Amino acid sequence: MADLVPQFLVNWVDWGMGIFNSLPAWLQYLTITTWKILFVMIAVILIVAFSTYFERKVIGSMQARVGPNRVGPLGLGQPFADVIKLLIKEVVVPSQSSKFLFVIAPLLSLTPALAAWAVIPLNDWYVIADINAGLLYVLALTSVGVYGVILAGWATNSKYALLGAMRSAAQIVAYEIAMGFALVGVLMAGGSLNLGEIVMAQEGGVSHWFLIPLLPLFVVYWVSGVAETNRAPFDVAEGESEIVAGFHVEYSGVAFAVFFLAEYANMVLISTLTAIFFLGGWASPFEGWTFLNDIPWLAWLTAGGLHWLFTKMCMFMYTFFWFRATFPRYRYDQIMRLGWKIFIPVTIIWIGVEGVMAWFQVGPWSGLGA
Amino acid sequence: MLHSILFYVFAVAMLGAAMGVVFSRNPVHSVMFLVLTFFQSALLWILAEAEFLAIVLVLVYVGAVMVLFLFVVMMLDVNIEAAKRGLTRYSFLGIGIALVMAIELVQLIWLRSQGAAGTGGFAPTPEGYSNTEALGAVLYTEHAYAFEIAAVILLLAIVAAITLTMRKRPGIKVQNIAAQVAVRAKDRLRVVKMDAEKKQ
Repeated sequence: MADLVPQFLVNWVDWGMGIFNSLPAWLQYLTITTWKILFVMIAVILIVAFSTYFERKVIGSMQARVGPNRVGPLGLGQPFADVIKLLIKEVVVPSQSSKFLFVIAPLLSLTPALAAWAVIPLNDWYVIADINAGLLYVLALTSVGVYGVILAGWATNSKYALLGAMRSAAQIVAYEIAMGFALVGVLMAGGSLNLGEIVMAQEGGVSHWFLIPLLPLFVVYWVSGVAETNRAPFDVAEGESEIVAGFHVEYSGVAFAVFFLAEYANMVLISTLTAIFFLGGWASPFEGWTFLNDIPWLAWLTAGGLHWLFTKMCMFMYTFFWFRATFPRYRYDQIMRLGWKIFIPVTIIWIGVEGVMAWFQVGPWSGLGA
Repeated sequence: MLHSILFYVFAVAMLGAAMGVVFSRNPVHSVMFLVLTFFQSALLWILAEAEFLAIVLVLVYVGAVMVLFLFVVMMLDVNIEAAKRGLTRYSFLGIGIALVMAIELVQLIWLRSQGAAGTGGFAPTPEGYSNTEALGAVLYTEHAYAFEIAAVILLLAIVAAITLTMRKRPGIKVQNIAAQVAVRAKDRLRVVKMDAEKKQ
């Protein structure tokens, strides 16, 4: 083994470790945390880049088209071509707009989407900040993301943009309540606000996931998540057919790219969160299938880890694209009706059901809230 | 050391943002300054190891209340000149309140320095102490009645606000969703059998 690694590489690693060990403790901590943050950021941004490609491929194949296939092999260079194009385009700031807010609005919508990753456990040890109130933190940050959209709509000083912002604000306020209630059910079942402990509570295969006992809450959370990210079929904030492009009608170049990045980062975040809350996060669905461990190349199936979280996240990302290719846009009043009159009552009733069932130890609910 | 540097940075930013709420000309800018003020006070609470209060402040005030504020302010066409006249007219009242609060604060600090308050700052919380759990343990046992009464009062306020503002206009066309869903093809569609028309 030692012969395989060249000597200069060993020297470099030793040299690096020497520097690291000579640092004071707080600086070591800072270095490690910074690297952890960088790793997660780069991973998220790469996933975002390639999910734009996969979205076009998936929708293309659903509509019997090819999708992007010109840049690089299989068109895989398409995301980079898009980014470079957007980077070299001019950012036009409307003359009657509120300049500062106009520029800061895309950043306000991107920052919460990235900051929420601080508390998300990627496997049983990789989490940047293992805080006790992780679920509340996630809820607080996802609710802050709406400012980007509202401020963009207002700062643009255009009727279309303002209409888009108003729609988005009303929609997000409505669906956030349902989302919060669905998470109340999750925290009752998990017995903790710490995301890592919520995943631990679901260990032990598919039957232990919260998906089954909390099925209505899962549906409500997932659909509300789609609505919160302003994706089809809830994309009235953009609504090309009525209000041109909604809140980002006047945005171009990098400013538009940041909005785009924020939307996809939010999709990745919601997919990951749904996987963590209801599908056991990084836990394996085949846990307890001990015969799989005997086959050497299948042992990874029963072991929990980042690969399972990634698979579950990809599954939800795919449904995002699937929704967009399948459903026509909801009308505004239908969105409001679904949020206020259907989802909120469903969550309230199911929290009651869950409480009573867990108290009397009935059926699949018996293991909850231990 | 780092603690006090952070405290002063956040405190100064908070005071600056609070000044911005009062002095900015545009009501939307005022609302955004208020959001910044809330954020800074949440950070101060985190420094005091009250992470539950801090996150709930962001969740409730920044995430919900201020969004509704912004919603209203953006729709209103506020007369800036009139608002500015209001600032000078009410400035005495504002300065008076500020003075009273400043005097109270100074008194508090003075009492602390005399040792009358008896506490020497925050005791560091033990390892593994969860703020949220501690709050919940007290809220749902000792103060359960107060908690429930507060909840009922809030519910009453919601119902009252809706009944006060909701007006039923006659003649509004609304969809009956249940009827729409329950409709069957034979209610809407009539298959007519007829002979082919004769050629001219």
